[in-house]
Amino acid sequence: MALSGLDIFKLLPKTNCGDCGVPTCMAFAMKLAQKKAELSECPHASEEAKEMLGAASEPPIRLVKIGGANALEVGNETVLFRHEKTFFHQTGIAVELRTSEGEKERLSKINEVDGYAVERVGEELKTDLFFIVHDSEDKNDFLKTIQLVKKNSSKGIILECPDENILREGVEYLKDDRPAVLLKNELSDNDVELAKAFDINLILTAQSLEELADQAEKARNSGLSNLILNLEFQNPGQQLQFNTILRRSALKKNFKPFGYPLISCIRGNSKLDLLAKATLQICKYGSIIVLPEYDRALLYTLFTLRQNIYTDPQKPIQVDPKVYPIGEPGPDSPVFVTTNFSLTYFIVSGEIENSGISAHLVVADAEGQSVLTAWAAGKFVGETVAKFIKDIKLEQQVKTRKIVIPGFVAQISGDLEESLPGWEVIVGPQEASDIPSFVKNVKLT
Amino acid sequence: MTFEIPKETNPGKVVEVTIGATPEKGGTRSHTVTIGDSTALPFHFFEGKHPHRPVVAMEVFDKAPAKHFDSLLEYFGDVIDKPAEMAKKCVDEYGAELISVRLEGTHPEKGNLSAEKAAEIVQAVLESVKVPLIISGHSHFEKINEVMKKVCEVTAGENCLINYAETDNYKTIAAACLAYGHTIAAQTPIDVNLAKQLNILLTDMNFPPEKIVMDPLTSTLGYGLEYTYSIMERIRNDGLAGDKMLAFPMLINPGYESFRIKETWAPEKDYPEWGSLESRAAYWETATAMSLLLTGAELLIMYHPQAVEVIKKTITEMYASKEKE
Repeated sequence: MALSGLDIFKLLPKTNCGDCGVPTCMAFAMKLAQKKAELSECPHASEEAKEMLGAASEPPIRLVKIGGANALEVGNETVLFRHEKTFFHQTGIAVELRTSEGEKERLSKINEVDGYAVERVGEELKTDLFFIVHDSEDKNDFLKTIQLVKKNSSKGIILECPDENILREGVEYLKDDRPAVLLKNELSDNDVELAKAFDINLILTAQSLEELADQAEKARNSGLSNLILNLEFQNPGQQLQFNTILRRSALKKNFKPFGYPLISCIRGNSKLDLLAKATLQICKYGSIIVLPEYDRALLYTLFTLRQNIYTDPQKPIQVDPKVYPIGEPGPDSPVFVTTNFSLTYFIVSGEIENSGISAHLVVADAEGQSVLTAWAAGKFVGETVAKFIKDIKLEQQVKTRKIVIPGFVAQISGDLEESLPGWEVIVGPQEASDIPSFVKNVKLT
Repeated sequence: MTFEIPKETNPGKVVEVTIGATPEKGGTRSHTVTIGDSTALPFHFFEGKHPHRPVVAMEVFDKAPAKHFDSLLEYFGDVIDKPAEMAKKCVDEYGAELISVRLEGTHPEKGNLSAEKAAEIVQAVLESVKVPLIISGHSHFEKINEVMKKVCEVTAGENCLINYAETDNYKTIAAACLAYGHTIAAQTPIDVNLAKQLNILLTDMNFPPEKIVMDPLTSTLGYGLEYTYSIMERIRNDGLAGDKMLAFPMLINPGYESFRIKETWAPEKDYPEWGSLESRAAYWETATAMSLLLTGAELLIMYHPQAVEVIKKTITEMYASKEKE
């Protein structure tokens, strides 16, 4: 359980010396309780205080890093629902490579996955990890696959290998790349030794909550802290409940053995089935998912979902303020204007598209706010819109002098016309969904 | 090591709503569909009761959609503009548990079909399938009010789900539902307070709570899904916490919304990084439906037969863990 300010105060020297930068020990205790300060700022803290507070200040779910320079960070989540604050470290997506696949196949997969990136709302979306499973007869295949990945990609690596000696060679080869090793069997002393020797992440596998708690406790008692949990399940219903119980135990009960990121190897009998199960993991607490197969459309769908779910609810996503062509607009095509709140942009551009006409969509800089919010804040008014249109030199790009504004800000039309001499301002519909009927009824060209 | 499962019990529960009516209840349906009555978050069988599974409806059209439906033509081809035949195909071949008849063609800009024509179409669908019906409209209030009144009248006693009433026209739609024994879908634009307010307005006019389904408005994947997702989670949390005006079962429209956006129809040659168009429509609808299922959606109105298949399969698998307990 997290300590209250008062609990922490009792552990402090109570001298009010101010050496920590805060005038009183009580005030410092309050800051510690809110996690706005660290105990190390108090030079006089006792060993007992350090020990007790150390345990209490450990984040409820540990941050784990996989990979070298561009390590993937997962964990350190603080809420069960994204609307309570936000989800911080988005689900890492790993693609599975089996050593039983032909070398050519493996290489083309590595290159294809590594080279695949897609842009969406100003973000570059891509996969994060390779998951290498040793399932062939030849032990050289394992090391060869690791070498292939390392040579052709900078993505982090997860290893699974039934043979301890072969595994060790692989881990040694990746000693500067902080891989993760998935243990299929119960944690052994050998595993502990390997993890300590190379400072790698260990993935603990179990079939029940109790067994998982035992394994995690054993790992913690052996001094390991970079752990990832792999709780196997029989059906997606059980999986959802397991993930909820794990996250809830870590956050609300401060149950340390479950305070680690979760991984799931997705299994399904079709790509759609994989998609449904991966969706569950991305929405409900999966920190890493491993895909046994993929295609671009599947990855793009999952990237988009992950971007949606991990968006900070308090920070609207913005699109670049500029002129967006809808269809194939010419110099006489009409001009529509809206704000750069991503949702607004998507809906307006989609509805103009649905209307079947071509147009120039001016997305003005309104700091990512929606039309009415931006208007109320003075960020989407006649003057600012006119200035934006002049700044982007729209008048040199188009011949039309008709501009459609959102119906909700009809009141800016006068100011806008005044600030944009020569332009006719047309008040559009309030709802984007009425754009198709609006363009049918109003002469815009 | 001792470990106790952290269970949370809730004072509230989701309202139980039944759609459709069998001959004993004054309708002609072979069975009814019941949703709601859960006492915990979706699929949390370990800490509450979920007597009814989420259900999947499929949609047919009064007038064939003008564009962007190529991926459906493969499955429906020549019946896409024959709603009664399409409905039969949805039920018999693709396992639709309800049929939604979308009356978009009555919109003055989209065909302006008359209320009488709409009523005829709905009656033909009623005759061709025996599952409960959803009647889905559009936002042109003047026209849809007239259409819904007529449709409610000719389907009297069938307990259709009339989809939808908004704050601007709820009185007309609710009165028609009350007069002819139908259930209502209360739609509000992705906002907890507006949703609550509309439910209060409906119950204030003595609309029976067990005949209200909420539509929090679906935004599809990539186009604001996160807003719908979080609003639905908040609604369900508040409903279970005891707010009766937020405790109605929720419907979503992953089909209608997915088929409006570019990802489901733009050709691969224009967007090679988006991958095969053939897969995209089903993928997009599946991810939208699946994520919202986890927030508490209990009635899903879907389009793509492959998406329907995988969502139905997943719901069954999710419930497999209930059977064991």
